[in-house]
Amino acid sequence: MKEYFLLAFKNIRKRGVRSWLTLLGIFIGVLTVVSLISLGNGLREGVISQFGISSTKLITVQAGGLTAYGPPGTWVSNPLTKQDAEAIEKLDSVEIAIPRNIETVQVKFKGKTITSLAASLPRERMDFVYETLELNAKHGRLLEKGDSRKVLLGSDFRDKTKNGFGKSISVGDKISIEGKEFRVAGILEKKGSFIIDRIIFMPDEELNDIKNYRDKVNLIAVRVKSKDLMDRAKEDIEKLLRERRDVKKGEEDFEVSTPQAILETVDNVLKGIQIFIVIIALISIVVGSIGIINTMTVSVLERKKDIGIMKAVGLTNKNIFYLFFVEAGLLGLIGGLLGVVFGMIVGYFGTAAINKIIGSSATPEISWIVVILTLIGSFFIGSLAGTIPAIRAAKQNPVEALRG
Amino acid sequence: MSEKEKVRELIRLERVYKIYRAGQENEVRALQNINLKIIGGEFVAIMGPSGSGKSTCMNLIGSLDIPTKGKVFLENKDISKLAESELALLRGKKIGFIFQQFNLIPNLTALENVTLPMIFQGVEEYERIERGKELLKKFGLADRMYHYPAQLSGGEQQRVAIARALANNPDIILADEPTGNLDSINGEIILSFLDALHKEGKTIVMITHDQNLALRHAEIIYWLKDGKIEKVTKKYRNKWITLRRR
Repeated sequence: MKEYFLLAFKNIRKRGVRSWLTLLGIFIGVLTVVSLISLGNGLREGVISQFGISSTKLITVQAGGLTAYGPPGTWVSNPLTKQDAEAIEKLDSVEIAIPRNIETVQVKFKGKTITSLAASLPRERMDFVYETLELNAKHGRLLEKGDSRKVLLGSDFRDKTKNGFGKSISVGDKISIEGKEFRVAGILEKKGSFIIDRIIFMPDEELNDIKNYRDKVNLIAVRVKSKDLMDRAKEDIEKLLRERRDVKKGEEDFEVSTPQAILETVDNVLKGIQIFIVIIALISIVVGSIGIINTMTVSVLERKKDIGIMKAVGLTNKNIFYLFFVEAGLLGLIGGLLGVVFGMIVGYFGTAAINKIIGSSATPEISWIVVILTLIGSFFIGSLAGTIPAIRAAKQNPVEALRG
Repeated sequence: MSEKEKVRELIRLERVYKIYRAGQENEVRALQNINLKIIGGEFVAIMGPSGSGKSTCMNLIGSLDIPTKGKVFLENKDISKLAESELALLRGKKIGFIFQQFNLIPNLTALENVTLPMIFQGVEEYERIERGKELLKKFGLADRMYHYPAQLSGGEQQRVAIARALANNPDIILADEPTGNLDSINGEIILSFLDALHKEGKTIVMITHDQNLALRHAEIIYWLKDGKIEKVTKKYRNKWITLRRR
């Protein structure tokens, strides 16, 4: 067996440029698949952080389901209330339930006005929000219980190219929100989320002063007592809100979403993309195997005399068949091997790039099982493509073959 | 051949015909009614001008081909009906080929060319390399083992081919115009090696069109003409006697 591989390898090496060109199809196919797989983790984390999902113990409750426009919870006829949040918090499975409001506000800085989002921070439970959203101040500090007329800004506000003012905002600057003056207490670390990086955090009652939402709530953030209670908490909340809002099961005008549900959505989207890319990779591999069929067929013709000689020195049809079969397989395998190596490189640097852009900390996912299966697969595809040329080689009549 | 040695028949062709495109208008009768016997230890020449059918004859003796009619026996075993794979195994073990065009495999080094036939007879790698080196040394190629055929002269290539022919220690060396592509000096070297192998007890079958070569080296000559054996002559006490005439 080993000898077949050695002989096949010698033949491939001696054939030079043409062998390398033949490998290209399989190489590109495998490269695509492997880099896709190793990038997958990075992509997923990237998308997840864009949605601001961090804690796995967190449930969000919104009225009217997801809205198409504007911040969550707007455009809803029957909004949630602070009382709903209090009731939810009394459930056994729930540790804490916090009403959150996210409002559209006009922000003025150095003479320029933009529209932005402002999120409420409940004065007594700021830490809970910081903790669940994993917020940390990059500059200045986070808001504290006793602060008044102070705001905490998302990281994009510091960047004059992104904040819309054309000027960078620093800690201590004064900004005007709906005509009221606020001082910037801190600027957050980059989160990689298009929502959190562009939001203004301010104490609940100060936002209420501006927007006057009173008891209405955009969403309720709920932390369950433990991960295992996730499903139960979801059911409990749904049951409670059905009663409070007097709707029947199946006709809920609110939505209780767990991180799993959001993750599932993310995964479904990613899966769609992956299937698309895999199809392209498969086409490349098919083209690659046609290339192998082609070179092997030519090779059989070119080496007709060698086949005759090998038969004269005692190689059987089977020996000759395996020689060409293994050679074709080896072509596929080398293409696959190169694809795996370069795919890993792409995965590694690609993930690093994603991490840099969105500030995540994903690691490239390289499963040895996938690598081994890919290599076996590419050998198999190559040898499959080489089957017919190998049969042709084996069937050569020794006398005619010797004539060349 | 000394009288003490046991007479051992290696190859026998019995009323062999080889007809190409049989039954068609342009049918070619390459060989007709060939009867031939090769005894172990003989140096046999098959002599004839081009077109006499001597190459076809070699193919049949070397079990590269099977006859249209008649029987071919290798060690008293009828091989005219064997399958291609069985023939290949037999010839790998029993017959070593030397060709006019040397026919080395260009992608393999001298040593690899010599060890190739052993691989498929199941010889262990270590043993193959040992034997391969030993054979190449025997033919003065100790410093050419890792050269590719293209890096060797014609004479050197033919010596590699002889080494390869001996790889599986066959009973018969079948040489098809072994000096045809060589200058006279290299031709002489090759023939002296064949003579030496003959003295060691190998059976040599040489196909040639060169009467002088045949007369000088062989013990028995089959004279072929137009696909038929014209006569068979044998050297007896340095004189040639005719054994059989058509």
